Amino acid sequence: MKASGLPALLKDAALTAFVAAALGLFIVGFRTVDVGSTKGLAFDYQFADLAVAVVAIFAGRLGLSFAAEGARWPALILGAVLGAIGAAPIELPSAFLHWFVGLAGLLVIGRTLWPWASRRVGQATQSPRGRMVGRAGTRWFSWILLAAAVVLPLTPFADQKTMDLGVLILTYVMLGWGLNIVVGLAGLLDLGYVAFYAVGAYSYALLSTQWGLGFWAVLPIAGAMAATFGLVLGFPVLRLRGDYLAIVTLGFGEIIRLVLVNWVDLTNGPAGIGGIPGPTFFGAVFAETAPAGHRTFAEMMGVPFAATQRLIFLYYIILVLALITNLFALRMRRLPVGRAWEALREDETACRALGINPTNTKLTAFAVGAMFAGFAGSFFAAKQRFVSPESFVFIESAIILSIVVLGGMGSQIGVVLAAVLLIGLPEWFRDLGTYRMLAFGLAMVLIMAFRPRGLIAHREPTVRLQAEPRGGGG
Amino acid sequence: MTATPSLIDVERLTMRFGGLLAVDDVSFSARPREITAIIGPNGAGKTTVFNCITGFYKPTVGRLTLRGDRDYLLERMLGHEIGQRARVARTFQNIRLFTGMTVLENLMVAQHNKLMLASGMSVFGVFGLKRYRTAEAAAIEMARGWLERIGLVADADRPAGELPYGAQRRLEIARAMCTEPLLLCLDEPAAGLNPRESAALNDLLISIRDRDGVGVLLIEHDMSVVMTISDHVVVLDYGRKIAEGPPADVRRDPAVIRAYLGTAEGEGEPSV
Repeated sequence: MKASGLPALLKDAALTAFVAAALGLFIVGFRTVDVGSTKGLAFDYQFADLAVAVVAIFAGRLGLSFAAEGARWPALILGAVLGAIGAAPIELPSAFLHWFVGLAGLLVIGRTLWPWASRRVGQATQSPRGRMVGRAGTRWFSWILLAAAVVLPLTPFADQKTMDLGVLILTYVMLGWGLNIVVGLAGLLDLGYVAFYAVGAYSYALLSTQWGLGFWAVLPIAGAMAATFGLVLGFPVLRLRGDYLAIVTLGFGEIIRLVLVNWVDLTNGPAGIGGIPGPTFFGAVFAETAPAGHRTFAEMMGVPFAATQRLIFLYYIILVLALITNLFALRMRRLPVGRAWEALREDETACRALGINPTNTKLTAFAVGAMFAGFAGSFFAAKQRFVSPESFVFIESAIILSIVVLGGMGSQIGVVLAAVLLIGLPEWFRDLGTYRMLAFGLAMVLIMAFRPRGLIAHREPTVRLQAEPRGGGG
Repeated sequence: MTATPSLIDVERLTMRFGGLLAVDDVSFSARPREITAIIGPNGAGKTTVFNCITGFYKPTVGRLTLRGDRDYLLERMLGHEIGQRARVARTFQNIRLFTGMTVLENLMVAQHNKLMLASGMSVFGVFGLKRYRTAEAAAIEMARGWLERIGLVADADRPAGELPYGAQRRLEIARAMCTEPLLLCLDEPAAGLNPRESAALNDLLISIRDRDGVGVLLIEHDMSVVMTISDHVVVLDYGRKIAEGPPADVRRDPAVIRAYLGTAEGEGEPSV
């Protein structure tokens, strides 16, 4: 701070505020309102909003500069003041300004404490004790997460909304784990993963509505169908590398969707397929009244009917399916084929020199990943009881890929965290209304800024020569 | 030609990239249990010969015969088949390790084909059957043996990319040897090594020749390595073979001195 001096910092903050004011003048300052059909539009002036924002930006910039200069206390005080204004029940021109000012305060405080916190964390993780705790922590963390997932439906929180969200998150966890095999382990950038999800969903939708097959009978068929599609699509494209592969898989994803839209005889086109039966529990259906020849779950168990029973059942199905995906992926990783996947990701040329067939190895990764998407797809169809091509658009592939990348490529637990963040956050932020996706984007930018290699970047070796250092417990 | 049958016969090898004739009608042979060095000035076509032998390039003209359990015509095989069936292994001029994987994992990947068979193309492996577990334990033992020979046992569980340069060079050779090759092709293994590491490399290559009985094909600029350990030297210049023979004879060959040793553009004088 001494180096540049307070006047320089003030000048810098004033300049920032000026730029913000100049930009915001037309974006925030004026709003057109409809004053009736005859009079047309008129301006509504929001200069108060603009003024508050500019002042907040001035203070925020000043705080950040203080923090950068190492003047911790002024920065903390400024941040606290901003945060307090944001949180205080005072009258600001709009509700969003509360968020804006409050977040600015948090940002300043965060920036001030960051060097100190990261140094402390760095010291703690480097010390032998810290390493041990960290190792034990990661080991326990997954078990705690699993236990929480298993007991969640039995807790009082398990209302309709939570269970719906839980099923949704777990579906994406499963898809993330499946795509992790392709992208994280084998390093094949697949932008059309949702195509295999669609194949699985339509397999169940068609086989159940046309031939009357049940969910459990179709599940393996759907997986096999999706894997076959993976092989057929993969064979011509897998000799491409990197960006080229990404573009071609993107194209294939769209082709599958367009086929679903246009092949009306088979798929009923954009109208979709409805009336898909849900999964049964040893032949019992989840409904208030059973169709002829079936019992309801409530009758079978002798409990009163409740709408959440179906959701809880779906929740456990997807939990088990996701765990199977996880176990399978972990197992494959320790097999020669899994090691070859990782080796291919690292250096395909070296793999060829070692006598590894790159095409076959990539195809297995592609097919195995597709198979799990197929399982997840048939679950999706059984859950929604309706499928249409609209559910399998590119943005779905993008979300699944973001989950894998944000989680840390190849990290299983990272996928879980990223799925909770990416699927859960937008749901929790529904109160923010229009700013929901802004918060979502901010979260993603923050993750990428602070953890550029994903949430969990640590890689556990698949085989060890020396005994693994014990972290105590687990 | 000679009493011992050759391990690989390179006949009339020609490689043309558009208008550039990189290798022009080169023929030579390498014998098992011998170190054959290919030398020549920069751009002489040495690495191109290697890339043809290991299937990275398809030669324009020529026949490459590897005499293993049967005769393999390398120019007709796919890249990975040359490693898998004809059992030719190679290293690269710029080291190509799997840097994110551990040292041990690098050596395990090299034993991929053997382990794939043992894991029943992964089916037995998924269920953890004994047959795969025994094979994996044997593979780890083989890797441990190689780590002992290159002095990297203590580093086995570190990411390969963290190793110092010289250790990465040795690891790449060990990885190639873990494929159990008949012919080992080394592309400038001594590049960037200090004299001590270079001497250790010589010992390693000699032990690969004498103890493992593997034929070694070597591209090298470091004359101390070439002259000390090679049994046979092939000299290329502008894509043509200009001399061939034992190292002592090649050193005295006037054509070689003119083309390569004499001009010494940063290659260093032959000091042995």
